[in-house]
Amino acid sequence: MLQNHKLKPTVPRKAPNNSGDEIMVTKDFTAKAPSRRSVLQGMGAGLLASTALPAVAWAQGAPIKLGFQLHATGIGASYGRWYQRTADAAVKVINEGGGIGGRTVELIYEDDATDPARGAEVVDKFVNQHGCEVVLGTLFSHVVIGSAPRAGELRVPYLVCSEGYHVASGMLNRWTLQPGITDVRSQIASMAPWVAANLGKKVAMIFPDFAFGHDHRDFFTAAMTALGGEVVAQIAVPPTETSFTRYFPQIPADTEVLYHVMVGPGVLTFVKELGEFYGTAAKPKMFGFIDSLEAVDIASPGLEFLEGTHFWEAHNRMKPADAGEHEAAYRAAVGVDDKGASVSDPADVATYSHMFSAWETLFAIKAGMEACDYTGPADRQKFVEAMEAMSEMPYGIARPQGAKRFNGKTHQAFGTQNISQVQGGKLVRVHQTSMEDGAYPDQVDYTTQAF
Amino acid sequence: MAFGPFLLLALMEGMVSAAVLALTAVGLSLVFGVMRVVNVAHGAFFMLGAVTAWYVAKAVPGPAVAGFLAALVVAPLLVAALATLADRLVLRRLHYDPEATIVATIGLLYIVEQAALSLFGPDARPVEAPFTWRLQLPWFGYSGYKIFVVLAAAVILLGVYGFLTRTKAGLVMRATQVDRQTAQAFGIDVDRVYAGVFALGAALAAVAAVLVVPISQAHYKMGADPLLLSFIVVIIGGLGSIRGTLWAALIIGLGDGVISMFFSPTLAKIIATLLVAMVLVFRPQGLFGAKA
Repeated sequence: MLQNHKLKPTVPRKAPNNSGDEIMVTKDFTAKAPSRRSVLQGMGAGLLASTALPAVAWAQGAPIKLGFQLHATGIGASYGRWYQRTADAAVKVINEGGGIGGRTVELIYEDDATDPARGAEVVDKFVNQHGCEVVLGTLFSHVVIGSAPRAGELRVPYLVCSEGYHVASGMLNRWTLQPGITDVRSQIASMAPWVAANLGKKVAMIFPDFAFGHDHRDFFTAAMTALGGEVVAQIAVPPTETSFTRYFPQIPADTEVLYHVMVGPGVLTFVKELGEFYGTAAKPKMFGFIDSLEAVDIASPGLEFLEGTHFWEAHNRMKPADAGEHEAAYRAAVGVDDKGASVSDPADVATYSHMFSAWETLFAIKAGMEACDYTGPADRQKFVEAMEAMSEMPYGIARPQGAKRFNGKTHQAFGTQNISQVQGGKLVRVHQTSMEDGAYPDQVDYTTQAF
Repeated sequence: MAFGPFLLLALMEGMVSAAVLALTAVGLSLVFGVMRVVNVAHGAFFMLGAVTAWYVAKAVPGPAVAGFLAALVVAPLLVAALATLADRLVLRRLHYDPEATIVATIGLLYIVEQAALSLFGPDARPVEAPFTWRLQLPWFGYSGYKIFVVLAAAVILLGVYGFLTRTKAGLVMRATQVDRQTAQAFGIDVDRVYAGVFALGAALAAVAAVLVVPISQAHYKMGADPLLLSFIVVIIGGLGSIRGTLWAALIIGLGDGVISMFFSPTLAKIIATLLVAMVLVFRPQGLFGAKA
């Protein structure tokens, strides 16, 4: 197995995969096929490695090591489990398609315990201990904010999957990029008009009390005010909270729309207690971010009250009838069925609206590295510049959530969003935003900053 | 929401906290009172009760109530067995030395917590409530199960009180608490009493966890808050005083509910901690403790 793995660089790009189909990943990218020299070197390195001499990692042709900062434990654990599966699946597809520039990709995972201090240590470990070329994969915004300064100091590209506005706001540094998921500010800009037009203009918000939740609070409140609406209550809940009923009386009685977004191990308790609180009495319309239900089965007892309410979804958990042509292949690769649960365990529901970012970020790394003929750590700056040069990112197996536009100045990708309604216990897409809906003026130009 | 219903909801939430807290803290208080052991692993026993409930509920077929009732029996027994083992293998060998047992139970806490992380995993997992009846008041709805938790905790606490005051085993425990050496002189097997008390304390934590798990899910880190609050309650009530522990649980639980709802949960914790400091300064034996 190891031997096969190491010798993979010799496989020509566009080679058929196991099923005989041509692998789509090669189509989007501009890189040259590996040279004879690199192939020979790869073979040599592979042979050496297979005879138990791992010290050849520096040689060209040796695997490209990517450090994945994983929320394996802590409040982000359910995301971590699925991010790992998604990233493993993406790397398998990339390696079957010839790897990156002819070199196989090897993912190295380190648990950051969803903790900012540990996150920074993990960045160090990747660079100084594992010899990783780049670091990627972080979701929770407080971990990103805690880790990015260290990535900047170590001058290592740090590709995050966090949705937070901290990348595009200019808060971080030139080494931090977010090519695989749209940020909260853009998501809200594209959906607030729909909420105001279809659900109501008097909104109460419940959000987690840390950076990610504050982005929701600030941008939704501003967007609603601009639309002539009003946010009548802003209810912040600590992300480690286990009991939520005590927060609900703060929802004003004249609220038309309850906007909820929650994260952490207590999300199921949150929605269940919300249902108990309103019971059969009149309740406001609800617009939730699917974060409040990620990794939670919508058919869980006590969630019946969600019928008819709306959710934001980046990537529809339940496969829509008009899903794109690559949706089935993506689901099969990651091991998710059409309802959004693991194919091996229907009770193991995916964090489907977020995990595509791990997949898309890996393909973006491939594109960036191939565009700059990446050879090793000395090319890290060239890699960031190659990423900054990207713009249109078309739909394909490399981007199963949908086409994106990358803004090299703000280091942020922009894509489309979906609004789904719970109909008969299923999440059904009722609206899709356009990329233009989520546009906002640039706040930073990272390309003018020094490395 | 108007003031009246707001206060009612706050008091109902407070009663649920108080009920669970009372069960957990009485266990901690018993262990300290009789054995003079500060059991830092008490929160871990609580968590283990919830995790066991998840496994039992999953294994028992049929309606949710069957799994819940099975968990209510199996979880305390299993956790009590583990506590007895810990007493035999660790605490007894340290001769119940106060400093050494603190360090040993910290170690036990880590072992149990990491074992749960390895075997149970890092996710929060739900256990279905035995029934889904909901109380619909004019102002808000309320989980009928939460009301059941308060009643069940009251019944169990009455049982514990009866056991301690009306049975021979309870008498033996109280005798050991008052004076270990005299009890030994009267032929009481103190080692067995200690093992029994440690098991009973752990079982009470496990019962509290089984009751709370349909509300808040099982998670390997869920023991931290109950441990902290139990210590607060036991110190305020007076170390080793069961009556004091019950009163303190009621004060802290209701206070937590009301202050959390009208102000913020953080303020509730701040005030509880301040109360502990005040008690330690002005009445170190606790509100109901006897003077040392």
